Amino acid sequence: MLRDITLGQYYRADSVIHRLDPRVKIVATFAFIISLFIVKNFIGYLIAGLFLAVCIRLSQVPPRFIFRGMKTIFFLLIITMVFNLFLTAGEPIFTFWKFQITKEGIKLAAMMGIRLVFLITGSSLMTLTTTPNNLTDGLESLLGPLKKVRVPVHEISMMMSIALRFIPILMEETDKIMKAQMARGADFESGSIINRAKNLVPLLVPLFISAFRRANDLAMAMEARCYRGGEGRTKMKPLIYKKRDFIAYLVIVLYLVLIVVMGRILFR
Amino acid sequence: MSIIVNHVNYIYEEDTAMAHPALIDINLQIPEGQFIGLIGHTGSGKSTLIQHLNGLIKPTSGEIFYNNQDINEPGYNKKVLRSQVGLVFQYPEHQLFETDCFKDVCFGPKNMGLPKKEVELRAYTALKQVGFEDEYFYQSPFDLSGGQKRRVAIAGVLAMKPEVLILDEPTAGLDPKGREDILRLISDLHAKMRITVILVSHSMEDVADYVDRIIVMNKGRVAFDAPPKEVFAHYRELEEMELAAPQVTYCMQDLAAAGFDVDTSVTTLEEAKKEILKAFGKC
Ligand SMILES: Nc1ncnc2c1ncn2[C@@H]1O[C@H](COP(=O)(O)OP(=O)(O)O)[C@@H](O)[C@H]1O
Ligand SMILES: [Mg+2]
Repeated sequence: MLRDITLGQYYRADSVIHRLDPRVKIVATFAFIISLFIVKNFIGYLIAGLFLAVCIRLSQVPPRFIFRGMKTIFFLLIITMVFNLFLTAGEPIFTFWKFQITKEGIKLAAMMGIRLVFLITGSSLMTLTTTPNNLTDGLESLLGPLKKVRVPVHEISMMMSIALRFIPILMEETDKIMKAQMARGADFESGSIINRAKNLVPLLVPLFISAFRRANDLAMAMEARCYRGGEGRTKMKPLIYKKRDFIAYLVIVLYLVLIVVMGRILFR
Repeated sequence: MSIIVNHVNYIYEEDTAMAHPALIDINLQIPEGQFIGLIGHTGSGKSTLIQHLNGLIKPTSGEIFYNNQDINEPGYNKKVLRSQVGLVFQYPEHQLFETDCFKDVCFGPKNMGLPKKEVELRAYTALKQVGFEDEYFYQSPFDLSGGQKRRVAIAGVLAMKPEVLILDEPTAGLDPKGREDILRLISDLHAKMRITVILVSHSMEDVADYVDRIIVMNKGRVAFDAPPKEVFAHYRELEEMELAAPQVTYCMQDLAAAGFDVDTSVTTLEEAKKEILKAFGKC
């Protein structure tokens, strides 16, 4: 159940996508998300879908694994689609009582649905193929220029990497505490909503205590090793662009050009 | 009244690239009233195995029977099973959550749906059984020492009056005195209440003095399953599994090798003392 959350979980494999520089992957993900909002027609979505499919294929991550993350946004997806379906004004094709479904509504709902699914899939693919450490290193490097305007880039990326690092630990901990309470007869799966919420207390209290204990230990360990922020700190594995990274950038640019051009041609 | 483990295999994260077998063809019979030591190096599958026994993990293949009933059969009442096969996890103090110790111990029996009086009686008895002082009953469990917290957590399981008590590394992270106390407590519980006890540990030294039978796990398989004396006779093989026989075994083996007429199969310090004195003709 808890293992369904793939966002922020790394899938170990040795693929081209895994080996790419994290900065490339972050830029590519952003470019992809932006492209989803530029696109206005189904040809565009087809191209985006193909691009995504090729990336997934190259990454060697089983698609099953990627779509597992979808379950968690399923409700959001349904709500978005329903709202778009019923609340879009236009040419009605189906009416009952106060509701009407319009042609524009169907089109918008479908587009929003596809957009959301692609968006989550794309960002899942990034987190699945990049270790949390690499991801924050990449982010820190990309946001580096903001240091000039006093944005604490290093601190933010450090907090992010710690947070990401703790997700699997906390999930494991949750699993353990859940089992320990189940061994004492706790029931997390049945009962009314209110009862279920109440039954979470024996899980949440130990979980919070353990999170605070871990945070405390980590702060102590960092201080013991003289951590004092990003100033003058060097990296053990500095990020260096390789040939494949430049090729990847080129592919991204080509992809964006293709999307824009297709939009132009079809809208002329 | 017994547990039977029949050809059990278990694979973690089965349908991912990280799939790895944690248990391979485990077969065991655990009759009523035995005191069993389950020993193995870290990662040998001890914790995975014991979580099968109260139905927290379902085997990938194979069956587990409790009192001649397959516990993974649909419709089998796992909640009742878990009160009969009590499992104390490693670092059980991490599961405490109530505002005071007494309430926390009440959690198990309360989940069994017992009347309030019975719940409180059981909690009181359990706390007494683990040697917990009355004056701490209404203290927050988070203010106690490590050893005391662990006692409260063990009481939390005892309060369900299990027929089988399983403890996962109950001495982990305690000082020598705390270890000794907990081990003696468990041994007393077994002697007084006549329940089956399975004590998980990675140290032979911990269990040698107390148990009737030792099950040695190695890389997901059962390597030995015999009384302590027979298991320790394989001390060379144990070393290959990154385990060790108790110091006494080594001492007696060395004495025998040096030509003294001693019984090398003794396991406890007391027996060893007698043997050595006998060999030197002092008694
Ligand atoms: N929740 C889990 N997910 C994946 N693998 C696990 C999990 N728990 C244990 N393992 C693996 O299963 C094997 C046996 O672990 P465990 O039963 O905890 O051993 P022990 O208790 O003897 O130290 C180890 O290789 C461990 O890495
Ligand atoms: Mg263990």
